[in-house]
Amino acid sequence: MSEQTRPVPKPDRDSAYYWAAARRRELVFQQCNECGQFRFYPRSVCPFCLSEKFEWHKSLGRGAVYSFTVIHRAPTPAFRDRVPYVLALIDLPEGVRMMSNVIGCDPGSVQIGMPVTVDFEEVSDEISLPVFRPE
Amino acid sequence: MGRKPFNREIAIAGVAESDLGHGVSLSILQHQALAAKRALEDAGLRHTDVDAVMAVDFLGLPSLQIAEYLGIKPRFTDTTVTGGSAFENLVEHAALGIAAGLCEVVLITYGSTLWSDRRRVVEGGGVDPRMPAAQFETPYGDLSPIGAYALAAARHCYEFGTTPEQLAEVAVSTRNWAALNPRALHRDPITVEDVLQSPLIASPLHRLDCCVVTDGGGAVVVTSAERARDLRKPPVYVLGSAFSSTHLSISQMENLTQTGAFESGKSAMSMAGVKPSDIDVVEIYDSFTISVVCALEDLGFCPKGEGGRFVEGGRLGPGGELPTNTSGGGLSYNHPGAFGIFLIIEAVRQLRGECAARQAPGAELALVHGIGGWLSSHATLILGK
Ligand SMILES: [Zn+2]
Repeated sequence: MSEQTRPVPKPDRDSAYYWAAARRRELVFQQCNECGQFRFYPRSVCPFCLSEKFEWHKSLGRGAVYSFTVIHRAPTPAFRDRVPYVLALIDLPEGVRMMSNVIGCDPGSVQIGMPVTVDFEEVSDEISLPVFRPE
Repeated sequence: MGRKPFNREIAIAGVAESDLGHGVSLSILQHQALAAKRALEDAGLRHTDVDAVMAVDFLGLPSLQIAEYLGIKPRFTDTTVTGGSAFENLVEHAALGIAAGLCEVVLITYGSTLWSDRRRVVEGGGVDPRMPAAQFETPYGDLSPIGAYALAAARHCYEFGTTPEQLAEVAVSTRNWAALNPRALHRDPITVEDVLQSPLIASPLHRLDCCVVTDGGGAVVVTSAERARDLRKPPVYVLGSAFSSTHLSISQMENLTQTGAFESGKSAMSMAGVKPSDIDVVEIYDSFTISVVCALEDLGFCPKGEGGRFVEGGRLGPGGELPTNTSGGGLSYNHPGAFGIFLIIEAVRQLRGECAARQAPGAELALVHGIGGWLSSHATLILGK
């Protein structure tokens, strides 16, 4: 991968369904069939009970910012034209937390606790990244 | 089942760095060999006395490689890959090996050419593409590891009103120690204003809130107290040790303002039968200023949320109440990637009274706290004279 290319997720056996759903602009989480807990990131066993049985649940994608930082130094040249941008941890009502970006607003306007809603950003022909916008 | 205390039966007998800093023409193996040779000299031991090797260098089979390179045929090895806290952890593993009679003289080494390699840093900060973080964090431009610590810092500021000025106090105190250490990379004093005026990297962290990047290596020799008694330097006893990990990736950390230091600190201090107010000198992995603030709270030096106020007024610096990161730390002295081994080296020198201008007064009991990954792994040692 060239340094100029933005890092793109490579779906694996755990995550293929998640990324296919994101491509359809759906945010999905696994829900354990045994204990009912949601989990993120996708994995083959439930971290609460080790059950291998689960279903994919489509999230409304409405959450809140748990923490965020405004990144001023690009990690790689691919991010140079994006700085400053918001790296955030988003809490979803399902009880899961995910890393994402908050886009579509002035980075200076983002606050912890702020309600956000999912959107999708195409980063390659196959991959769309779940990102969040202020509600 | 409770922890079985070490009962002053385990000692650190030798410590040394390789040549540190920028522009050092040594390879990863040369750094470890040089540090090992110097640490064995410090202990008054020969390489033929070593019967266990514990190397971490993120190469393939580090303990075997280092043993072979130094002409050692170990009967016990360990390579614990938990990031920067690995060396505190390895002292514990060395102690367990010695206590169980598996070995008697353990050589722990680390070497890195992080500064020389900096142009070759791969995308994602070296996260293996098969790791979940490569799919769920790297694509968002997480600026690993700074982004993770910035997220923790932002949450700390939100929950407790901690300010960038307070975080900067850690960098200032640490630089004041570095000014007293001839080996330190940066020795010119700085002010809180200097920290706040340095470029913002990931809010609320500025460049001077972040550790330096250097090349370097370190080595530590651990042995039985019985063996240590007749060696060159007075033994420094391992009185307590403990490890705790709560997550690997920052997005999996349940509470960004409470780290594994809470568990590892409590357990190590209970094993040693000491409390925070007994500690004379503290060495905490200061990858970032927030790391120190969080660790001081979780280790019990101040109540949760009070860390920002606690570090004000030079409390951690020379002449302060709680001498902390007396070498100048990862923030100002050196930081070749996994700083944990240098915390042990400095604590041992402080307890031996070898630190000249930067000697902490009356240093009899030291707390060493390593942090690895993205606030992921925590390992605490209590060392004493
Ligand atoms: Zn379950």
